[in-house]
Amino acid sequence: MNAAEMVQALKQKFGDAVLETKEFRGEHTLVVKLASAKPLLKYCRDELNFDYLVDVSSLDYMGKEPRFEMVYELYGYGHLQYLRVRAAVAEDEEVPTVSDIWPTADWHEREVYDMMGIKFSGHPDLRRILMWEGYPYFPLRKDFPLEGKPSEMPEVGFTKVAPMADGPFVTSAGCGDTVTREPRSRRPSA
Amino acid sequence: MVAPADQTLAAYDSKVEGNVIFTKLDAAINWMRKNSMWPMPMGLACCAIEMMAAACSRYDLSRFGAEVMRFSPRQADVMIVAGTVTYKMALAVKRVWDQMPAPKWCIAMGACASSGGMYRSYAVLQGIDQLIPVDVYISGCPPRPEALLEGLMRLQHKIETEHSFVEQKKELIDELTA
Repeated sequence: MNAAEMVQALKQKFGDAVLETKEFRGEHTLVVKLASAKPLLKYCRDELNFDYLVDVSSLDYMGKEPRFEMVYELYGYGHLQYLRVRAAVAEDEEVPTVSDIWPTADWHEREVYDMMGIKFSGHPDLRRILMWEGYPYFPLRKDFPLEGKPSEMPEVGFTKVAPMADGPFVTSAGCGDTVTREPRSRRPSA
Repeated sequence: MVAPADQTLAAYDSKVEGNVIFTKLDAAINWMRKNSMWPMPMGLACCAIEMMAAACSRYDLSRFGAEVMRFSPRQADVMIVAGTVTYKMALAVKRVWDQMPAPKWCIAMGACASSGGMYRSYAVLQGIDQLIPVDVYISGCPPRPEALLEGLMRLQHKIETEHSFVEQKKELIDELTA
């Protein structure tokens, strides 16, 4: 069974819970309701043999409702097919953990919690993984400035604001050609 | 070898003449210090790979007396901060620095250790000199091993000019009178 057939099988099995399916250059994506995301993922592991959870990540669409989105990348070593499952998450919602389905999700979900502030219900050990315990912000959220915010935890860690001399050196995504996307194009002409 | 008593003049022994040198104590101490610097390799990113290359056979850091990389700060003289110092690592670097016995020196190797480099970000300390005093900054991203050797030689020149004995004595006096 290839990925396209598996998407059809999932659509039949979960019906309304599958909001949308996409296919782009051979990559298959399912957009599902958050409530049925976990049973669907469990079905993927148990029945469709997706035995490898490649990655768990999250997106922040600030200003849109619901604000966040979870992304699960699946792979099966038996059939060598990829599948991507996405589910929108509102700011006050908790995502059921999948660490009981794939143990590797434990640290992936800790990273999502650390960087984006999305909480996972049923997670065995939901602590920060990159920043230290007690760091007050979630740095990958869109409302967090690139240069950072000052914080102080004596004996543990501190952060300061980084100088943005000629920066920030980020491209303007989605606008026009490569010339206007360049960070330099936004500098006042010297 | 001591000459027989009847052949020796009162305050002068021609036999040891060639083995005596006159110099300032400072100069002697500095000479010993600068030719046997034991680095504490604080390898945090890609600069550490260049530091390892500098210590290996092709570039051979031991020509300058700095080949004894000590992974214990208590046995080291010079800390080579090689790489990106994240805020999470910053206080650990400071703690290792505090454990090194004086006299001690610090080399900030590469753009990241000197100024944060290309990481203008919430996660990266913008230069290790915000936490510990730096003697030599080495530019480059990462610097070539030759640049590290040059930095080390600059540090040797710096050590030559120090008033090590006077400063040490002053510290001792301050300590005793405090």
